[in-house]
Amino acid sequence: MALRIGVFICHCGTNIGGIVDVPAVVAYARTLPNVVCAEGNLYTCSEDGLSSIRDMIKEHDLDRVVVASCTPRTHEPLFKKNCESGGLNKYLFEFVNIREHCSWVHMDTHDGATVKAKDLVRMGVAKVSLLTPQEDLATDVIRSSLVIGGGISGLTAALSLANQGYQVELIEKEDRLGGLLRDVNRVFPTNDLSKELLDPLIHAVLNHKKITAHLGVELADVKGFVGNFSVSLTKNGTAEELKVGTIVLSTGARELKPEGMFGYGRFDNVMTQLEFERKFRSDTHGLNRVVMINCVGARVEERTYCGRFCCITGMKNAILLKEENPQAEIHILHRDIMACGKVFEDYYRRALQMGIKFIRYSVDFPPEIVGSDNMARRVTVHHELMGRDVQMDVDMVLLTTPLVPGEDNQGLSRMMRIPVGNEGYFLEAHQKLRPVEFPSDGIFVAGCARYPTEITECIAQGYAAAAKAAAPMAQGRVISDAFTSEVDPSGCSACGRCIDVCPFGAIDWNEFNGSPGETRRAATVNATECKGCGLCVASCLSGALQMRGFTDEQILAMVNTTVLTAAH
Amino acid sequence: MTAALTRKAVLVIGGGIAGIQASIDLANMGIKVFLVEKKPSIGGRMAQLDKTFPTNDCAMCILAPKMIECANHENIELLTYSELDELEGEVGGFEAKIVRKARFIEDDKCVGCGDCAEKCPTRVVDTFNAGLDQRKAVYKYFPQAVPSTYVIDPDHCRTILGKKCGVCEKICKAKAVNYSQKDQVLTIPVGAVILATGFDPYDVAPLTEYGWGRIKNVITALQFERMICASGPTNGHLRRPSDDQEPERLAFIQCVGSRDIRHKRYCSAVCCMHATKEAMLAHEHYPRLTSTLFYMDMRAVGKGFQDYIRRARDEYAVEYIRARPGRITEKEESQNPVVRYEDTVKREFAAREFDMVILSQALIPSESNVSIAGKLGVDLDEFGFISAPEELINPFGTSREGVFGCGFCQSPMDVPDAVVRASGSASKVAEALAGVV
Ligand SMILES: Cc1cc2nc3c(=O)[nH]c(=O)nc-3n(C[C@H](O)[C@H](O)[C@H](O)COP(=O)(O)OP(=O)(O)OC[C@H]3O[C@@H](n4cnc5c(N)ncnc54)[C@H](O)[C@@H]3O)c2cc1C
Ligand SMILES: Cc1cc2nc3c(=O)[nH]c(=O)nc-3n(C[C@H](O)[C@H](O)[C@H](O)COP(=O)(O)OP(=O)(O)OC[C@H]3O[C@@H](n4cnc5c(N)ncnc54)[C@H](O)[C@@H]3O)c2cc1C
Ligand code: SF4
Repeated sequence: MALRIGVFICHCGTNIGGIVDVPAVVAYARTLPNVVCAEGNLYTCSEDGLSSIRDMIKEHDLDRVVVASCTPRTHEPLFKKNCESGGLNKYLFEFVNIREHCSWVHMDTHDGATVKAKDLVRMGVAKVSLLTPQEDLATDVIRSSLVIGGGISGLTAALSLANQGYQVELIEKEDRLGGLLRDVNRVFPTNDLSKELLDPLIHAVLNHKKITAHLGVELADVKGFVGNFSVSLTKNGTAEELKVGTIVLSTGARELKPEGMFGYGRFDNVMTQLEFERKFRSDTHGLNRVVMINCVGARVEERTYCGRFCCITGMKNAILLKEENPQAEIHILHRDIMACGKVFEDYYRRALQMGIKFIRYSVDFPPEIVGSDNMARRVTVHHELMGRDVQMDVDMVLLTTPLVPGEDNQGLSRMMRIPVGNEGYFLEAHQKLRPVEFPSDGIFVAGCARYPTEITECIAQGYAAAAKAAAPMAQGRVISDAFTSEVDPSGCSACGRCIDVCPFGAIDWNEFNGSPGETRRAATVNATECKGCGLCVASCLSGALQMRGFTDEQILAMVNTTVLTAAH
Repeated sequence: MTAALTRKAVLVIGGGIAGIQASIDLANMGIKVFLVEKKPSIGGRMAQLDKTFPTNDCAMCILAPKMIECANHENIELLTYSELDELEGEVGGFEAKIVRKARFIEDDKCVGCGDCAEKCPTRVVDTFNAGLDQRKAVYKYFPQAVPSTYVIDPDHCRTILGKKCGVCEKICKAKAVNYSQKDQVLTIPVGAVILATGFDPYDVAPLTEYGWGRIKNVITALQFERMICASGPTNGHLRRPSDDQEPERLAFIQCVGSRDIRHKRYCSAVCCMHATKEAMLAHEHYPRLTSTLFYMDMRAVGKGFQDYIRRARDEYAVEYIRARPGRITEKEESQNPVVRYEDTVKREFAAREFDMVILSQALIPSESNVSIAGKLGVDLDEFGFISAPEELINPFGTSREGVFGCGFCQSPMDVPDAVVRASGSASKVAEALAGVV
């Protein structure tokens, strides 16, 4: 039976109509094969335009629709939905972009723009003729989340998800919850004991009826996709399986141990801020002269990033020392002081007012330390403002080092098929607008696993990741677009290129029963995970992969009609 | 709809990137959202930016899809050109009174064609373009505005002011113009409120030492963003305000009003980075152009920011001088600004001539915070930001239960941080309404 195609061409006020001769394109569309109706609209997207499409679908019994207008980015979903309300499968629709591709880029040549619009419409009609009806994919979502890592970020995410009514499986490789913060003494900017903050949170998590905390476990494997992940854990050699719908990754980071730098490891009184904080709890007496060196192992050639909060950590310990012993001489040798935002500038000012001395040094002239009998005795630094060397006798030297990526990051990255960036931290889907998401659906990141950051931001990210993880569970189902790739297993040579190339980890091996008795491996696409980017199709040397809605046949029909037919 | 059901709804105030993201996250969690924005379009300050650090993708290209997602979401109702008048009740059962200002254009009829603005005879200073050019009395807030409908500015429209005109009514094919439209008051039952009212730029005129408003070639960073933006008033061409010439030497002055006890004590958090970005963009447009950035501390603490500064220095001819300039004067003939400063690294005083100077003005909480806080009964901090009493562990809380905050209205932050805070506040609301059916 012959197809019945309807073509709708938009003037977009004068946006298209002022340049492209829309009536001529409409008349031309009527001459194309199987086009049973074509019309121009002032605004196809207005309610008038949309209802006219729906009416035409009924009146002419259309089984394919083409709209030529502004941009698919904003309008394709609208038109597809409209076709659906008009009673047509929404995948039997094709969008032709005659604003951005014609009237905008060819504003100076009206005739040329019109010819091109005709060409594009002809291509659209050629393609729409070969489209087949498709159904969206729906997958049920398990109402339970996995939270990996029980530091402040993971605790926050777990508690929020549980408070929103979801089951939470919290796993922590150590025997205790709390992460880095356990070793921190007091927390800026309030200088409260970290214990006071952490203990109630841990208590709430351990006593929440919706949270199961698995301590001292190892994450062995994660399989599946959004809505339906299978998680394997091992604890003391015994295995356990969990089923969850979404995952929050909050495995944190570690403090850099600056081996061999500034006498670290050589002098007993040279230590990192974290080591000092642990010690500070019990014994601080007799510290009269302390020098802190900032940016140790940070903002240097081998580690270019800034640790973000370490300047403030140093100030905090300086303030605490000074409060204990107002006579203490404390010098902070720094590069830029990173006291961003509303509260830290005041914190900085407070440190200055207490008499803590800040000396700016240049990375080209790093401070020097001399000592004797395993003890650092004197620090020399080139004072940038004064332009000369300054010497200080010391009881203790504190090295302010940045966090470094967690040791499991690479392994987790491979296991869960989520990326890590150059610096070794997990790499989010989009730095600005999707800061706690990954390219693959259903897995989210929070806290220092993503990048070093202070508690408030860890907490904010914990909540943010919880919101993202909650959404698919709240919806109950994930709906995915039907335009995904598919493998013809009989043509697959099992080279594995597509598996490597897929940014979403949507392709995997499967057993394929070919000719009788023959069983071999072939790639298979998980349609729920596939985003339809097409990379795999382009990478396939055997031509065994096709993209629904953009098959070779459909694309070639468009190409052929451009090359073989002249519009004018 | 039962009363309880309608309360599983949220009022989001402010449609910048923070308010947009919070709305989308809530809507995706199945919660109904009313997004109230006082301007004719959502988008906030990000819509005024050209490109955004640290990836330098075009602000509008990443914002527009978000705006559209927000507008098309079945759980989100956009109330633009609207403001909160009153909030009564308590968490889980608030009543919000919203005033929808008259647009004088019927939004269900307007198709956004722009014929009206083309013919309108009245010109008005365009605040979206930071005062660099003019718009008409009937206008679209910006080309990619969502919704894309026009508005008539009643303070300038001749017909509304009782003078003879009526041009737009005559020209409009869609018959959308309605000079007698009235403000509407809506009462909306909601369970919780999120504040996302963002920031305003600090007025730098009182910093007379820098000469803004007096020296023509001294502009603010927000003005620069509009100038370098392809859809801005100069189509992306840098032009000196004094003589329309292309500048070749730019100076960026940091902490103008920030970290200054005479003005704002705090650090505005984004300007070190945006100035660096602006210098890079200028160099991209004009490879001969060089920039000098005067700073106190180069605060580049986010992910990838240090590498960004390195790239600016090594590949974009950006020179960083550690100094807080004391004064800017103007050369009489050339009208070139001259920056006087002490380089604290080289320890020398200097005066250097530039073609144009860009001031990284302090950023202050939205000026409407005072009135909105009064209506909501929430506290502001001493600077006028929405106060979070337990900021360390609950960065979203305010002094009133059921009212939350996110984004720049709470403290200075860049887009990624504002987006995190927005999503986080959505979780808080979902917790608060978890018991509500
Ligand atoms: C010296 C120092 C002082 C500081 N002082 C302050 C301060 O005063 N104020 C402030 O705001 N911030 C401070 N911070 C920062 C603060 O400690 C961190 O922001 C915060 O603790 C990070 O929390 P997190 O949950 O993201 O990561 P972490 O605390 O690192 O937690 C991650 C957890 O995940 C677990 N884990 C890792 N891998 C796996 C795996 N494969 N499977 C299961 N579990 C895993 C780890 O065992 C750990 O428990 C300080 C940091 C340092 C180093
Ligand atoms: C010159 C400059 C360049 C910048 N460049 C970058 C960059 O490159 N990258 C980056 O990450 N960040 C950049 N920033 C920062 C960025 O603009 C902010 O982080 C971001 O806009 C904050 O978003 P927001 O939603 O919190 O606030 P806003 O964008 O200010 O949005 C607040 C919204 O609330 C509305 N509103 C206010 N009061 C009310 C009320 N009472 N009722 C209803 N609505 C109200 C406002 O009209 C506005 O639409 C830059 C800032 C400046 C000044
Ligand atoms: S971000 Fe940079 S320019 Fe802005 S106030 Fe802070 S230190 Fe000054």
